Amino acid sequence: MISAPDVVAFTKEEEYEEEPYNEPALPEEYSVPLFPFANQGANPWSKLSGAKFSRDFILISEFSEQVGPQPLLTIPNDTKVFGTFDLNYFSLRIMSVDYQASFVGHPPGSAYPKLNFVEDSKVVLGDSKEGAFAYVHHLTLYDLEARGFVRPFCMAYISADQHKIMQQFQELSAEFSRASECLKTGNRKAFAGELEKKLKDLDYTRTVLHTETEIQKKANDKGFYSSQAIEKANELASVEKSIIEHQDLLKQIHSYPHRKLKGCDLCPGEMEHIQDQASQASTTSNPDESADTDLYTCRPAYTPKLIKAKSTKCFDKKLKTLEELCDTEYFTQTLTQLSHIEHMFRGDLCYLLTSQIDRALLKQQHITNFLFEDFVEVDDRMVEKQESIPSKPSQDRLPSRSLEECPIPKVLISVGSYKSSVESVLIKMEQELGDEEYKEVEVTELSSFDPQENLDYLDMDMKGSISSGESIEVLGTEKSTSVLSKSDSQASLTVPLSPQVVRSKAVSHRTISEDSIEVLSTCPSEALIPDDFKASYPSAINEEESYPDGNEGAIHFQASISPPELGEMEEGSMENTPSQIDSCCIGKESDGQLLLPSSPAHTHSDEDGVVSSPPQRHRQKDQGFRVDFSMENASPSSRDDSCEGFPAYELDPSHLLASRDISKTSLDNYSDTTSYVSSVASTSSDRIPSAYPASPSSDRHKKRAGQNALKFIRQYPFAHPAIYSLLSGRTLVVLGEDEAIVRKLVTALAIFVPSYGCYAKPVKHWASSPLHIMDFQKWKLIGLQRVASPAGAGTLHALSRYSRYTSILDLDNKTLRCPLYRGTLVPRLADHRTQIKRGSTYYLHVQSMLTQLCSKAFLYTFCHHLHLPTHDKETEELLASRQASFLKLTLGLVNEDVRVVQYLAELLKLHYMQESPGTSHPMLRFDYVPSFLYKI
Amino acid sequence: MADRGRPRTAGTGRGDIWQCLETFWIVMPCRAAVLLASNVYRPGMLLNILQCTGQRSTTKNYLGRERWLTTVFPALWKAEGSGSLEKSPLQTIGEEQTQNPYTELLVLKAHHDIVRFLVQLDDYRFASAGDDGIVVVWNAQTGEKLLELNGHTQKITAIITFPSLESCEEKNQLILTASADRTVTVWDSDTGRQVQRISCFQSTVKCLTVLQRLDVWLSGGNDLCVWNRKLDLLCKTSHLSDTDLSFVTGSHIGELIIWDALDWTMQAYERNFWDPAPQLDTQQEIKLCQKSNDISIHHFTCDEENVFAAVGRGLYVYNLQMKRVIACQKTAHDSSVLHIAKLPNRQLISCSEDGSVRIWELREKQQLAAEPVPTGFFNMWGFGRVNKQASQPVKKQQENTTSCSLELIGDLIGHSSSVEMFLYFEDHGLVTCSADHLIILWKNGERESGLRSLRLFQKLEENGDLYLAV
Repeated sequence: MISAPDVVAFTKEEEYEEEPYNEPALPEEYSVPLFPFANQGANPWSKLSGAKFSRDFILISEFSEQVGPQPLLTIPNDTKVFGTFDLNYFSLRIMSVDYQASFVGHPPGSAYPKLNFVEDSKVVLGDSKEGAFAYVHHLTLYDLEARGFVRPFCMAYISADQHKIMQQFQELSAEFSRASECLKTGNRKAFAGELEKKLKDLDYTRTVLHTETEIQKKANDKGFYSSQAIEKANELASVEKSIIEHQDLLKQIHSYPHRKLKGCDLCPGEMEHIQDQASQASTTSNPDESADTDLYTCRPAYTPKLIKAKSTKCFDKKLKTLEELCDTEYFTQTLTQLSHIEHMFRGDLCYLLTSQIDRALLKQQHITNFLFEDFVEVDDRMVEKQESIPSKPSQDRLPSRSLEECPIPKVLISVGSYKSSVESVLIKMEQELGDEEYKEVEVTELSSFDPQENLDYLDMDMKGSISSGESIEVLGTEKSTSVLSKSDSQASLTVPLSPQVVRSKAVSHRTISEDSIEVLSTCPSEALIPDDFKASYPSAINEEESYPDGNEGAIHFQASISPPELGEMEEGSMENTPSQIDSCCIGKESDGQLLLPSSPAHTHSDEDGVVSSPPQRHRQKDQGFRVDFSMENASPSSRDDSCEGFPAYELDPSHLLASRDISKTSLDNYSDTTSYVSSVASTSSDRIPSAYPASPSSDRHKKRAGQNALKFIRQYPFAHPAIYSLLSGRTLVVLGEDEAIVRKLVTALAIFVPSYGCYAKPVKHWASSPLHIMDFQKWKLIGLQRVASPAGAGTLHALSRYSRYTSILDLDNKTLRCPLYRGTLVPRLADHRTQIKRGSTYYLHVQSMLTQLCSKAFLYTFCHHLHLPTHDKETEELLASRQASFLKLTLGLVNEDVRVVQYLAELLKLHYMQESPGTSHPMLRFDYVPSFLYKI
Repeated sequence: MADRGRPRTAGTGRGDIWQCLETFWIVMPCRAAVLLASNVYRPGMLLNILQCTGQRSTTKNYLGRERWLTTVFPALWKAEGSGSLEKSPLQTIGEEQTQNPYTELLVLKAHHDIVRFLVQLDDYRFASAGDDGIVVVWNAQTGEKLLELNGHTQKITAIITFPSLESCEEKNQLILTASADRTVTVWDSDTGRQVQRISCFQSTVKCLTVLQRLDVWLSGGNDLCVWNRKLDLLCKTSHLSDTDLSFVTGSHIGELIIWDALDWTMQAYERNFWDPAPQLDTQQEIKLCQKSNDISIHHFTCDEENVFAAVGRGLYVYNLQMKRVIACQKTAHDSSVLHIAKLPNRQLISCSEDGSVRIWELREKQQLAAEPVPTGFFNMWGFGRVNKQASQPVKKQQENTTSCSLELIGDLIGHSSSVEMFLYFEDHGLVTCSADHLIILWKNGERESGLRSLRLFQKLEENGDLYLAV
C-alpha cells in the first residue's frame, strides 16, 4: 500500500496546517487539495445526490417479447440498495439504447435460418433526472422458442457517479464481458441441448408420419392419393425441412468460434467440454448422428414428443427464465462474477483510482513487495507475472487472463462482416505492448477498410440511437478509450487521465440539467470508422453540425465546437488544440491523438522492478490542463467551453492534478444542483459503515490492526524498541495470561513484521507450549501463554534460555526486555504523539513508511559495488566501510536502523534467489547484543 | 613384553570396544597411532570415548608414545580429580559476544530420535546418524537434505566414511554404518545406494575405524575384525570378549595394543598382520587409584603442540613439549563435555550434555605470581612411579614459561538437550547434533550475507538483468 486515500478526510481539519511536516513533499499525484467549502460545513461526502439509491448496484434486464423491457434481478438483491429507484423505468431506458438489431432469421442469400453470433455492446448512459449513470452491457441469448431465437438481455452497472462509470469503463467492460461470456457459454450449451431435444422430437414425428403415410398407402392402393395423404406428405415434408433447419442450427451453435471461447476463463473445464463437442460435431458429417453419440449421454433419457404440425405461436406461453436459458451452473457462476464486480467497484471513485495506481505501482515492485504487502495479492501478482511472460508474444491474439489487472476491453462487434476489423484491432492492441512499429502498420490497415461496410453499420447504429427517443449524446467510443489505455502499458492508470475522458466529462455537464439520457460512451462501430471514411461520410458530419447545442432530442456527438470558440481556443492554448479538434470527429482519436500517451517512458520495460515511470498524471501537468474556476459562467455550455479554452487561470499543477475531480465537482455542485457531490464521494468507509456490509475482510482487518497498533504505541513508551525488534527480525514474544488481549496485540503488531515470501506472515498468535529453537526460526512474532502452574515454569525457562533470540513483551507486568534502539526510523513510524486517529489511516501510514523502507533495502541489496569488490585487490574492510557509509550517508540510517535495512536486504536476497518461493524458512539471524529491561 | 597378555588387575564393570577413531596427520612425518577406547561403566554413568593420538615426531621409539600415554592420562585424571574437589564456578558469558562469529543458524530436522554421530563426507556434505537408525546426508552450505539412507532396524552405533583411493576405479566414497541390529552396512555416499551389508557379527559392532593407508577398516565390538575394501575379513580376534575395561591402540605399522583402561597396562598386543613390528619395550606399569567419583575422559583431540581433553565437565590442554597441562577450565560446562575440537585459529569448541556449545580461545599469558592454575594440577606429576621424579623439575620449569588460559569467547545455545557431537567446516561453519533430534547449522552471518550477495549478482547476471551504471 503506497498511497493513502484516507488522507482526504483530514484536509478539512486544522491539523493539516498545524502539523509541521518537514518530510519531502508528497509526490504530486498524491497531494490533496483543501476542500474549498470546508468552512461552510460541507464535506465532500455529504449526500446531496438526487439519486434514489444508496449505492451502486447491478441490474439485469430483459427485453421481453411479451411485456417489453423488464428488470429481472439486482445485485445485491436487496431492496434497500436501490430504494425508490424505478427499476422498470430504468430498464426501459437501458434496453432502449441497444443499437444492435440482432439479425436472425432468413437472410436473403441463405436457405436456412442463420444464427448470428452477436457481440455484446457496451454503452454508458446517464439519466440526470434519476441521478443515475450506468454502464450497460447488452447481450443476446438464444432461445428456441423465442422470436427469431433470440432474447435480448442487458446487465447494467448503475452508479450515481458519472465519473466512476466513465473512468472505470475499461474495467467494467472487461469484467462484464467475462460475466456475459459465462452466460453465453451456458446458454449455448442449453440451446444445443434444446435443439437436440427438438431434433429428436422431429425425428420421432417424422417416423410417426411416415408410418401413417405407409399405412394410408396400403389402405388405398388405388394409384392416387387422397387429400389426406397429400396433407400428410406435406406435413412430412415440412418436418423434414424443419429437421434440416434444426440440424443446421445445431451445427452453427456447435461451430461457435473457439476464438471467443478463450476469453471465457471462468469455466475453463466447461470450455474444453464445449470445444470437444464442437469438434465432434464438426467431424461428424451427419449432425443427426452426433446428436445420438455420447455428447449428451449423461443426460437423462429424453422421450421424444410428437410435434403438432401447426405450432401455435401464442403469447401466453411462458418464456424461459434466465436461469433456464443458461445452465444453472453457469447462471450461478455469473451471479458470483457479478457480485464480484459489485464488490470490486464498490466505494468512491478516488478510492478505486488510488487502489488502481497502487496496484500498478506494486506490480513494478515485485522484488520488494512481498515484505509487507498483503500476501494474497502478492501471490496473485506472482502468478500473474509468470503467466504474462509467455503471453506477451503475439502467438495468442486474445488478451490473456494474466492481463486482467489492467483489463483490455475486447472490441467486440458483430462477427459477420466486421470480423476482420475486430481481428486487426486486437492485434494492434496486443502489439502495442512491446512494439511501436506495428502500430503504424495496423493503423493503415485499419483505415483501409471497405467504407461501405462500416457505413451500413454506422447507419444502423444511428437509427438505433435515434429510436431511443430522448436526446442522446454519444460522447466517447470504446475504441478510443481502449486504444488509449493499451497504448500505455498501465491501462488503468491512464484511462482516467486521458484528455478524451476529461473532455467527455466536460461535455456531459452541458446537458446535465436537462431531462435527457446521455449516452456518454461507446458504441464500437464509431471506433472503427477510419479517418478517411469519416470524411466521406456526410451524415455523421451533418449530425454534428446540425445540432451544435445539443439541447433538443437529437444525436449529439461529442464536443461540437462552433467556429468562434474554436478560434478563441487556438489563441488560447496551442497544446489543447489538437485534442479539441480531434474531439470534433469521434473516430479520429483512435489513430492520431490517442497514440500520444504511449510515451518513451513506457516503451522500455520495467523488468528490473525499479519504479521508473511515474503515474501518468505527470503528463497531464505538462499539457497544461486548465480548470475553470469562474463561477459567473452560468450557461452550462459557455462555461464548459471556457473551461477548455480559458488560459488565464492556471492552477498550481500539484494542486490541479489530484484535485481536478474534486474541485471541479465542487464547482459543479455550486452552480448546478445535480447529483455531483454525492456521486463523487458517495461512500467513505468510515463514515458510512453500513454501506459496507460485506467489505473485504482484509480492509476491516487492516483497520482494526491499525487501531490496535496505534493504541499500543500510545500506551507503551517502549513501543519503539519492540517495533525495532520486529523490523530487524528478532522474534518478539508477547507474554500474557489473557488470550484475547495477547491475540489482539499480536494481530496489531503483525503489520510491522516482514514476510519471508508469498505466504502468510511469520506470526503465531497464540502458543501455550514451551518455545523451541525451531519456533524462533519460523516465527517472528509469537503470542505466548503465561501459565502459573509448574508447567509454565518450563515455558519461562525456555524463554530465558533462548533470550538471546527474543525480545519479550510481558503484558501482565508491562515490561519489555529487548535490545536498545536509538534509530530515527521507528519514531517516525510509530510516533506516540501522532495526530492520526483512525486505524485505517494509521495502517496506511505504516504501509507507506514501510514501502519507503523497502525501497532503501532494495537499493542497498542491488547496488553492485556495495557487495562485490570493484577490483581484485579490494579488501573486505574496504567493502564493509563502503557499505556502512552507503547506509549511513546515502540512505540516512542511524544506529540500529542499519540493522533493519540489513535484515530486509537479507530477506530480499533470499527471496530473489529462491527458485520456488516459500519452500523453506530462512535461517535465523541474530546478534549478540545485550538486552535491557524496559518498564512503564 | 612381559606385560603382554597379562590379566588385568582392576576392573569394576563390563566394557566393549566402543569407538575407534583415527587421526591421521599428514603434516607430521611420523606415523600416528590409533587409540581405541572402550567404554567404561561406572556407577550411574556411561563414560564412553577415549580418543587420543600420540605424537612421535622425534622418535620411532614406541616407548615414548606409551610413556606419553601413561603420562598424560593419569595427569588428566588426577587433574580432574583435584579440580572436582575445588568446585570452581561455571564461567559464563553475557549476551554480548563480539568474537562469536556464529550469527546465523539453520535448524535441520529429519531424525526422530537422538542424533549421535556426524561425519564429514567432503567439503560441503556431511552425514548424520542416530538412534532412529537412519543416516541422512546433508548439504552443509544450504542445509538441504540430500539423501536419506534407510536400512538399519535399530540404532546406529558407529559411522565412518571410507574415502576412495586415487588409484581405485570406484571413485565413490563409501559410508560404513554399524548398528545395534548387528550389521554393518556399506553405502555409496553419492547415490545413497546400499552397497553391501555384513551381518555375520555375533555382537553389536560398537566402533569402526578406517586405516586409510592400508585400505582396511576395523570393526570393534566384543571382538575386533579387520576388513579390506572388498569386505573380506582379514583377521579377527576373539579373545577380547572377556575384556571389561580396555582400549586399544593401533599404529599404521600394524600393531594393536589393547590397554586396560584402569591400570594402563597392555592387555594384548597384535602385530601379526602387516609388516614386522619394531621393537617394543616393556611398558611400564602405572597403578592408578580408582576414584569413586565420576571422573572420566570423554574425548580427546590434539594438534601439533597440544592434546586437548574433555575430562568430566572440564577441559584440559596438555602440552606435548612441556609435558604438562598448560591450561584448564575445570567447569567448562554444566555437565559432561561430550566432544571437543580444535579450530585452526587457536580456538577450541566443546559441546556438552547441558545442551550448549562453547567456544574457547587458548590465550597465552604470562605466569604471574598469583598463579591461577591450581596446585592440584602439578601434584599429578607425582602420580605414578615414573613421574614422581619428574614433578619437581616441572614445577620449577613452569615458573619461567608462559602458560595459557582458556577464555570463553562465545556460546551457542540452540539445542534443548545434550549436544552429542559437532562437526566443523572451514567454509560453512559448525554443525551440531543433539538428543533433541535436531541438527543445527551455525554460520557466520556476515560471511553468509556476502555469499548471498555474490549469488544474487550471479543470478542477476545470468538473467541478464545486471546493468552497469554509466
